[in-house]
Amino acid sequence: MNLKSLMLLTTGASMAATGAMADGHMANSMTLVSWGGAYQASQVNAYSDPYVAMNEGLEVIWDESSGEAVARLRAMNEAGNVTWDLVDVVASDAMRLCDEGLAMEIDHDEVLAPAPDGTPATEDFGDLIVSDCFIPQIVYSTTVGYRTDVAEWNGNTPTDICAIFDTENFPGQRSLERRPIGNLEWALICDGVAMEDVYDVLETDEGITRAFAMLDTIQDNTVWWTAGADTPQLLADGEIVMGSTYNGRLFSLIEEQDQPVAMLWDAQVFDLDGWIIPEGLPEDRLARTLDFLRFATDTQRLADQAAYISYGPARASSAPLVGQHATLGIDMAPHMPTDPANATRTFLFNYEWWADYRDDMDARFQAWLAQ
Amino acid sequence: MSDTTVQDGPVLAADGTPLKRSLARALRVQKLRALMLIAPLLIFILVAFIAPIVDMLFRSVENQITSETLPRTVVALESWDAEGLPDDDTYAALAYDFMEAAERRRHTRLGSRLNYETTGISSLFRQSGRGVDDIGEDYADQFHDLNALWEEPATWAALMGAPDWVEDATGAEGTGQPFRLSVSAMETLPETADAYRSFARTVQEEDDDNPTAEEPWNTVYMALYRDLSRNDVSGYDGPMADLLAEAAAAVGDFTGMSPSEAWIDVNDDWGDREVWATIEAFSDPYTAGYFLTSIDLRLTPDGIEAQPEEQRVYILLFQRTIFMSGMITLMCVLLGYPIAYLLSNLPSKSSNLLLILVLLPFWTSLLVRTSAWKVLLQQQGVINDILVWIGIVADDNRLALINNQLGTIIAMTHILLPFMILPLFSVMKTIPPSYVRAAKSLGATNFTAFRRVYFPQSIPGIGAGCILVFILAIGYYITPELVGGRTGTFISNRIAYHISSSLNWGLAAALGSLLLALVLVLYWVYDRIVGIDNVKLG
Repeated sequence: MNLKSLMLLTTGASMAATGAMADGHMANSMTLVSWGGAYQASQVNAYSDPYVAMNEGLEVIWDESSGEAVARLRAMNEAGNVTWDLVDVVASDAMRLCDEGLAMEIDHDEVLAPAPDGTPATEDFGDLIVSDCFIPQIVYSTTVGYRTDVAEWNGNTPTDICAIFDTENFPGQRSLERRPIGNLEWALICDGVAMEDVYDVLETDEGITRAFAMLDTIQDNTVWWTAGADTPQLLADGEIVMGSTYNGRLFSLIEEQDQPVAMLWDAQVFDLDGWIIPEGLPEDRLARTLDFLRFATDTQRLADQAAYISYGPARASSAPLVGQHATLGIDMAPHMPTDPANATRTFLFNYEWWADYRDDMDARFQAWLAQ
Repeated sequence: MSDTTVQDGPVLAADGTPLKRSLARALRVQKLRALMLIAPLLIFILVAFIAPIVDMLFRSVENQITSETLPRTVVALESWDAEGLPDDDTYAALAYDFMEAAERRRHTRLGSRLNYETTGISSLFRQSGRGVDDIGEDYADQFHDLNALWEEPATWAALMGAPDWVEDATGAEGTGQPFRLSVSAMETLPETADAYRSFARTVQEEDDDNPTAEEPWNTVYMALYRDLSRNDVSGYDGPMADLLAEAAAAVGDFTGMSPSEAWIDVNDDWGDREVWATIEAFSDPYTAGYFLTSIDLRLTPDGIEAQPEEQRVYILLFQRTIFMSGMITLMCVLLGYPIAYLLSNLPSKSSNLLLILVLLPFWTSLLVRTSAWKVLLQQQGVINDILVWIGIVADDNRLALINNQLGTIIAMTHILLPFMILPLFSVMKTIPPSYVRAAKSLGATNFTAFRRVYFPQSIPGIGAGCILVFILAIGYYITPELVGGRTGTFISNRIAYHISSSLNWGLAAALGSLLLALVLVLYWVYDRIVGIDNVKLG
């Protein structure tokens, strides 16, 4: 018996159990996969709690494995048993999953609710629907936070992204994400490449060498993080003087926890996050997932989410509804990555490029890290 | 002596059967009963432990994906001499294979697989999956211009399908019968028939469509052009014979890109010999490629070569793993020996209390202890604060104790220390104190008595502790992952990375097999030097 049939056998029992519980045509439980932390909490508050309140007896299971979603879905597909119903992934991962036939292609206008004024979903989401499988939820950015009380900086504070590579004026430990995305782009920008040329340069061998040479200069001063919560923790501990993370995490560190930290919006890397439906769900689970999806991505729900975390809603019609933070009572709009004051120099992250080159760059990056 | 006559025949049991057979039967029943008793455990271990491991190890050599995804290309490449680029037939074979793979969404998986060997192939395959539809488009247009019938799905179905299949499938609900080729088409237009069959099957299986209602892919037109320009079709008298004769007369004037030009048009990298060399090198269903990668070599059609400099990491990681495991073992001996000595020589009341202090961290969760070390060792942490406070280090020059090799060694020494202390303690407990007293009474100094009398008797404990700690350390990955940073991670962290992130299970299996082999070799060496009989665990 090989591994595959073994896994099939052991999970067959649990599948049968969920099937037996199915009521009518919709499953009575669903497994949602997200990123954990403050972001997942905002989804629970804005989407799943109200949805459960409307549907008595529905069991919602949250999994925090979105970081490994591509790998896990590939493995599930190989084992022939998909246990997830709806998965929160970044845009480039959604494209990869769609290419590989692991995510379901959907008709956005049919599946998603129109805006309150009747605008169809495809127009309301606009350009953010970057793949036939992808249902956008939020716009977020990866940006840099720094401590405001570093004595060695002699009162200077970083004004642009290149402070990361400037160990002379801004000595101290940094933290960067343990993956190539973002880091390679920033390295090239600070090595003098114009923002619009970054991906053209990165496609060449010389460009890659150049990016890694730039990263080499700070390798001894860098802590490599893997979880979104790492940088805020390291900043709060004073372990690092600056580090990259998602803007929502920095918001909660600065506004909710009141730490001596400020953030740079310069060269923030815009990215999208949204849902995909795994390919091959049984009918009752798919019906439940689609029902939830329609609810969770309507105009009001996306605007509600912004009351818990400073990520911009993906629908144009949600933006005017964004109000104040649910507990702090501060206006959320100025903390959004899309706010005009913050978006003066935004780096447009190229999802398509990363969908194509992720395997290549991961291989090089991991080898570079290990050496 | 009266029984001598019996010795001529076999010894008989009471029931007349030979004693030997009777005894064997009794033993067999006993063995069977014993086997039945352990059967549940045995089956459990086989199914839940041995089988998955064997399956996983098998992945370290398995490589069917290339020949399954690109079957025609693999065959065509057999005649390639690895000099220059393959011929047009190979490029055409790639077009048919790739078109089907892209429709079935299998090309990205092969791209990821080959990317393990040559970076860049993954992106090449993904981009080609989007461009492959265009290959043969120029021929499709010319066939359409020649006669509008070539645009009709029914024309193709009649030309290619077996007559009874065409009858069944035409107008059928859904996908129709599974597609079958007609013999005459196969004989007259072999390449087209092959390309059309892969189109028809894919349409039926993937899209749930009926091939009699779908226009074939552009690659089928390319195949038709290639067949007509090479083969004589005048003898063909099946369906659509006139149409075919007309096309055969016209193809001489057709213009269009050759398969190789078309591929290089899709992506320049198809003109790169290395891409082809990689496909060729990994076209066998079994490969040593993963094992070669594990020792920083790689497989090419020209033989085995060293990896490019920037990819060489595994030997370094193996060396680092062994070196650091050795360091941790050494630290454990140095720290554990005096503690075990103290424990075994104190009165049992206080030694029991001390033993609890050894066992308490041993029972505490690994993650808790590792996280505690993070708090203690970081630059703004307790230890650095104390050092700054007593003035040993300057405030702006705090020690980097974590996220490097030192952090891993400190944390793992602490975590593995009980595995050293406990075997040492149990051995030392059995050394009679009177031996040392006797040595002293004969005039030995404290040190001589220890060196010549006590220490040799404690060696079995050191041996047991070392082998336990070393083998545990070599496979650790949680602690190095959390406190090791970039320089303090082990080979097991790479295995974990390949299992859960890069999904290169083949390489993970090969690395795991090597690690297993390494442990067995070290065990053998240890047995030769120290002797495994000397190891005592209590």
